[in-house]
Amino acid sequence: MGEPAFRPRYRVGDRLFAWALNLSTWFYVALIVGLFTVLLAGSWLAIKSFGLHFLVASSWDPVTGHFGALPFIFGTIVSSVIAIAIAAVVGIAAAAYLAEFAPPLIARPLAFLIELLAAVPSVVYGLWGLFVLAPVMRSAIGPAIQSKLGWLPLFSGPIYGVGMLTASLILALMIVPTVAAISRDFIEGVAVDQREAMLALGATTWETVRRAVLPAARPGIFGACVLALGRALGETIATTMVIGNRPAISASLFAPGYTLASVIANEFTEATTQVYISTLIGLGLLLFVISIVVNAAARILMHTVLRNVEER
Amino acid sequence: MPISADVFTATARGKRSGEGPSKVQLSVRSLSAHYGKRLAIRNVSLDFKPRTVTALIGPSGCGKTTLLRCLNRIHEVTRGASVSGVVELEGQDIYAPGVDPVAVRRRVGMVFQRPNPFPTMSILDNVVAGLRLVGECRSRGEKLEVAERTLRLAALWDEVKDKLDRSGLSLSGGQQQRLCIARALATEPEVLLMDEPASALDPISTAKIEDLMSTLAERYTIIVVTHNMQQAARVSQETAFMLAGEDGVGELVEFGPTTELFTRPKDRRTEDYITGRFG
Repeated sequence: MGEPAFRPRYRVGDRLFAWALNLSTWFYVALIVGLFTVLLAGSWLAIKSFGLHFLVASSWDPVTGHFGALPFIFGTIVSSVIAIAIAAVVGIAAAAYLAEFAPPLIARPLAFLIELLAAVPSVVYGLWGLFVLAPVMRSAIGPAIQSKLGWLPLFSGPIYGVGMLTASLILALMIVPTVAAISRDFIEGVAVDQREAMLALGATTWETVRRAVLPAARPGIFGACVLALGRALGETIATTMVIGNRPAISASLFAPGYTLASVIANEFTEATTQVYISTLIGLGLLLFVISIVVNAAARILMHTVLRNVEER
Repeated sequence: MPISADVFTATARGKRSGEGPSKVQLSVRSLSAHYGKRLAIRNVSLDFKPRTVTALIGPSGCGKTTLLRCLNRIHEVTRGASVSGVVELEGQDIYAPGVDPVAVRRRVGMVFQRPNPFPTMSILDNVVAGLRLVGECRSRGEKLEVAERTLRLAALWDEVKDKLDRSGLSLSGGQQQRLCIARALATEPEVLLMDEPASALDPISTAKIEDLMSTLAERYTIIVVTHNMQQAARVSQETAFMLAGEDGVGELVEFGPTTELFTRPKDRRTEDYITGRFG
């Protein structure tokens, strides 16, 4: 027989490349597992001392040793959910305008500007929120809302300027560029034949966007919103500057609140006792878990929505 | 909108002014089309007869698809594209000032080269997509009625009647294309433009689409672009041969009854093309 006809060539490059890819992937898996382990170990003392009660207790007094995480969980989730609700509407509208309606002469610089906004450090948003938005909220926006909708518990009580609504607005402002920039890419990526199919049926530009382009871009837009939500959940400095930093659960959006990330940043340097430190690490673990759960839930939601339409 | 454009409003949909012995459904006069600065077709004039299949043939780049896309004003959707000349649909210039291209497209339907059902819609919703645009077909009963009628016309009903709620993408390529034909027919256009409707399909699906064209020609005016001369000979009664000149600009070389054009071409270039000497 002699030499086999299709003798494998020993390819060093391929193997090295495959290993490099493997390694970098598994490095991140290891990192996440490591992070989780460290957080769990660090917060073990708190978990042992308070147990699950920690999650539902709402008093926070390090001096007397009362630690409850509920106000922070509440603040984190409420501020992020309001932010993504606003940012999704504004961001998707902006993306649709840039991709479909704006003349190229305007669309290009605008798109660049929006991407630039995504790169502004959050402390700058925080400063702007504290010195511009909060005073305006106290003197103009807040009273205006309250005069119309003050009967709702949501808009009742004194308006301090800083508070849940201000924080939500700042967060929304920060994540709009993320939603808009990514959504725009996906909207532009919708195949021409989808647009033309709708136009050929006698659709106007707006109908084409609403009925053909946006549905086709939905998975990407959804992904953009999940990414933006993740950013809002973990945002620390801007939120800390405008949310008021009071560990209380209030029905009113004008009332101050607190988030997981903010309390960790604010109090870590002041934490004197072991159990205090351990509690703050526990809050970090909570934030970590909430982020993962929200991401997973969003993904599951997206899959069910898409499957419903595509595999019926 | 000027009075002359009234027939291109949605209310005129389905009304056919050509009830009499109209000889011309669609008349093209001195039509030129640009993509930006590039001239794609020059000075094309021809008449499409009602309830007839007219084939547009010619080698790649001769402008036959561009010509087709000028007939429902979808050419101008491409950025920088422009058109000059006259296209009269039953005597009304669709390029006259004040005419709404959206209204034109409701009377001149189109089927594209690649099947393009809406991926997020069910088969049922795909069929009625055009009617939903004008607020018709809200109830499931109405949808089913339209779907059965148009899917039967498109020879697809028996294959999909039990899975109307499945996605349009669950169908084979040939079925998808017939779904797109049903979708285009649902708005009851007078003219149906088909841009190489079978070029992405297997031979069996192609045969089905070709049969369909002949059936549909009893009710609709069909204009089909094809690069396949046998197909043109099989399905059409009239054929237009287009060719790009030295400068790369597409022109109409010859237009006439299909049998004549294929058996006794008047132009030397037509003869060369149909005998396979180029293209």
